[in-house]
Amino acid sequence: MSDKKPAPNPTGFSRRGFLKGVGLGTVAGGLISPVSLKEAFGQESGVQGPGEIPVTLKINGKERKLNVEPRVTLLDALRNRLDLTGAKKVCDRGTCGACTVIIDGHPVYSCSLLAVEAEGKEITTVEGLGTPAQMNEVQKNFVKYDAQQCGFCTPGFVVASTAFVRKNPNATLDQVCQGLGGNLCRCGTYAGMMLAVVDAAKKGAA
Amino acid sequence: MPKAEWPPAEKRKLIGKPIDRADGPAKATGAAKYSYDVNRPGMLWAKLVTSSHPLAVIDSIDTSAAEAMPGVKGVWKENIQVQSLTREQAEKEERTEAKGYTFVGTGPEFKVYNPTSKMQYVGQIIAAVAAESEEIATEAAGRIKVRYTPLEHQVVDSDPQFSKGNPNVKEQGNVDEAFGKADVVHTGNYGIPVITHCCLEPHGQVSEIREGEMYVWPSTQNVSGYADRGLSDAAGIPQNKIHVDCQYMGGGFGSKFNPGKWGTICAALTKQTGRPVKLMLDRDLELAIAGNRPSGFSKIKVGASKDGKIVAFDSETWGTAGMSGGPPDLMPYVFDKIPSQRNTVKRIQTNRGPAAAWRAPRHPQNCYLTMSALADAAAALKMDELEFFLKNLDLTARPQIYKEELEIAADLIGYKQKAHLRGDKTPGPIKRGLGMAIHTWGGLGHDSECDVTISPDGSVEAKIGTQDLGTGTRTVIAQVVADTLGLPYEAVKVEIGKNAFPKSGGSGGSTTIGGVSTSARLAATSGLNAVCEAVAQKLETTAENLEAVGGSIQQIDKPTNKIAWKDACAALGVMPITKRGTQTRNDGKAKGFTNDGVGGVQMADVSVDIETGVVTLNEMVAVQDCGLIINMKTAESQVYGGLIMGIAYALYEEAVYDAKTGRMLNADMEFYRLAGIKDVGKLKVHMMTGKGYDDRGVIGLGEPPVISPGAAIANAVANACGVRVPNLPLTPERVIPALQKEGSLV
Repeated sequence: MSDKKPAPNPTGFSRRGFLKGVGLGTVAGGLISPVSLKEAFGQESGVQGPGEIPVTLKINGKERKLNVEPRVTLLDALRNRLDLTGAKKVCDRGTCGACTVIIDGHPVYSCSLLAVEAEGKEITTVEGLGTPAQMNEVQKNFVKYDAQQCGFCTPGFVVASTAFVRKNPNATLDQVCQGLGGNLCRCGTYAGMMLAVVDAAKKGAA
Repeated sequence: MPKAEWPPAEKRKLIGKPIDRADGPAKATGAAKYSYDVNRPGMLWAKLVTSSHPLAVIDSIDTSAAEAMPGVKGVWKENIQVQSLTREQAEKEERTEAKGYTFVGTGPEFKVYNPTSKMQYVGQIIAAVAAESEEIATEAAGRIKVRYTPLEHQVVDSDPQFSKGNPNVKEQGNVDEAFGKADVVHTGNYGIPVITHCCLEPHGQVSEIREGEMYVWPSTQNVSGYADRGLSDAAGIPQNKIHVDCQYMGGGFGSKFNPGKWGTICAALTKQTGRPVKLMLDRDLELAIAGNRPSGFSKIKVGASKDGKIVAFDSETWGTAGMSGGPPDLMPYVFDKIPSQRNTVKRIQTNRGPAAAWRAPRHPQNCYLTMSALADAAAALKMDELEFFLKNLDLTARPQIYKEELEIAADLIGYKQKAHLRGDKTPGPIKRGLGMAIHTWGGLGHDSECDVTISPDGSVEAKIGTQDLGTGTRTVIAQVVADTLGLPYEAVKVEIGKNAFPKSGGSGGSTTIGGVSTSARLAATSGLNAVCEAVAQKLETTAENLEAVGGSIQQIDKPTNKIAWKDACAALGVMPITKRGTQTRNDGKAKGFTNDGVGGVQMADVSVDIETGVVTLNEMVAVQDCGLIINMKTAESQVYGGLIMGIAYALYEEAVYDAKTGRMLNADMEFYRLAGIKDVGKLKVHMMTGKGYDDRGVIGLGEPPVISPGAAIANAVANACGVRVPNLPLTPERVIPALQKEGSLV
């Protein structure tokens, strides 16, 4: 484990800093009981950058070392540095949920969190939930109920749904719709999703 | 010998069945690699610099600060030429306004700008940077300095006074006389705004040049046709040395056929830097410049007799498609046999991002405009909307189909129990209502070629240069080939998404399913015939007397005389066989494989809170025909998807432009609102199948279900609250004023 301290911010305010608050708030509102920023990101700060700095991220149970500038989001670090492209970049500002990952048990928009802030956290991406040959219950149900078309929003929904059913076994349809309010689909796959997630929740899935 | 024609219902083993989509597991686990996900060794990132002005000419582009940045490897900029010339001098050099040159100044010397100096909308591309990382590229793009001379712009599309040129007028019958004789004449104004495609995967590509050949991973709905002249010229690579690969794409909806300017710039930067380059649009550009659906506003007059027959229709429609193209012009929609009609279309040019085909081009707008006016005419007659629609179906091309579908839809939504004349009279602020609309679409299969290879070990592979937009293309090809060969679905490997494969049309206009299912069926049948011929002697019969059933080749009149598929294929010898199926639009239709012309009906049940103006969708029903269905599960998904996209544009979507700055104000996903899972209510889909439908052949389904929702929902809102909310989307800021205007706000 790295002994790096979380993100620097001499001014105490930045676009990313602002967005991460908005983003997390939205996910929290949509999916889970609220988490404070302090809880989610720690409270220490120290100046780092502006050049690349070494970061160690614990992703899907494995430690990954990489060098990133402090301004790089967790999403960009996953996609551009680690080739973990399951999380998608769509709105890039905490609205659509396509980049959702699980951090310490909570679903989080990875576009709204800096990579350096994710050090020391347990990060689970869609790749950590299952493989085509060995899917979790949510993933199996997304296939079974055809809860996907182009599939670009699917990983985000799968991650958000998995986090949701872990916390809400036997959720009702209403609760599922509330719980997935932080993600958006363009093709219109919600009909299948409702069935998929209600059924997965019944199975106490994932 | 097995025949290629579609098998009768009792012989279909896989065709028509609700099979899980083939690429479902890859998508659900994040294993599916979209173009945006392609990371190549040594790849650079490109970012764009775009116009800040809705109408301007560019005086200069200074890229020096960007080029000086460490990590910047390539810069592209627009060709800007500005000269001071008198009119005479300019004309001598053929620099005229007609040729796209812009003259600025009062003369006698003007500043004369070449055509590519002119920016006609905010977001038009000016320059690009390729750099070692996305962050460096973004920062470098911000350091490019552009000097503009702004010109007077125009982005307002809702006012017909901004239209230019002669209106297009189509007239039949004696319209004025017909209105004179009508018992009831209704006049109304209606509008449907510009909306964007908002594909979740933005437009763009990754390209790479190796040994004189270019490899492109684009997000496209046109794999076989993507490598166009523009791409070839930009990269300096012949078209036949451009290898296109798109395995997964994150939504196109009509906007992703060509490389676009961003694609050609990506290719140019690839050539310039000698490195792979990824250029995907950022979200704001994706919404502002990557395509939109033209607006439509209409003043409509409907004349009807007192028994509810429509006798006259007069419409004046205007709208914008940006700088080129016009507003939708299919008035009156579906009820196009109204005896006396006059339809005027005016085009408004605006300095907005360019329009692109948007799922069912023109239809949703014309459907909304027409069906709203007709429902209002029914209300003016104090006639039940369903009765009115049924009464006038003879004015459509498919009276019988619509009748059947309307009756099914009415049943599914509980019309008899819930229907009331306009205005929910029950007390309280929540008013409930029903509305409906009907639509049509073509959907004839496009040209398509398919190769099916059968190997002596019995393995089967199908290759088509098509693409899967999420419609289930991969899945249906496998179903058709496996069904044809009497094999289980899993036995067929399907490869698509590369232009190296046999050519197939772009996925537009609901043409893919008819195209690929036919070429796949033809190729598989020819492969099966070869296998039958190879084993006929061994089975002591003729190839004509053989069929493929349940994993065997068997004698038709003596099914016990059979040979397992693998053993039959061994008879092919040592070489695999590859058979090509070639489908063309005309041939496919003539032989009954594919067809065009479908009808669909949708009904909506909404609640309107007349105190807050919030519209809630309770339930929506879609009844749709599309000929022979190959995969019931993915077909239903298309219709659910169409409904949901339609709910979004009925209730939320609008590209909001600021008249003063000419900017799209909501080029993001917070304020350009899509429907969420909570917004869609209960949805019911009914597919028309069986006699009269299956026997028409395979017809596309992508467009039809997205056409009616706007009209059906708007009519339901009118039915609920008793007044017409004339403009979509039906947001509280539109609903409340409509209620106030009619003086009916409780």
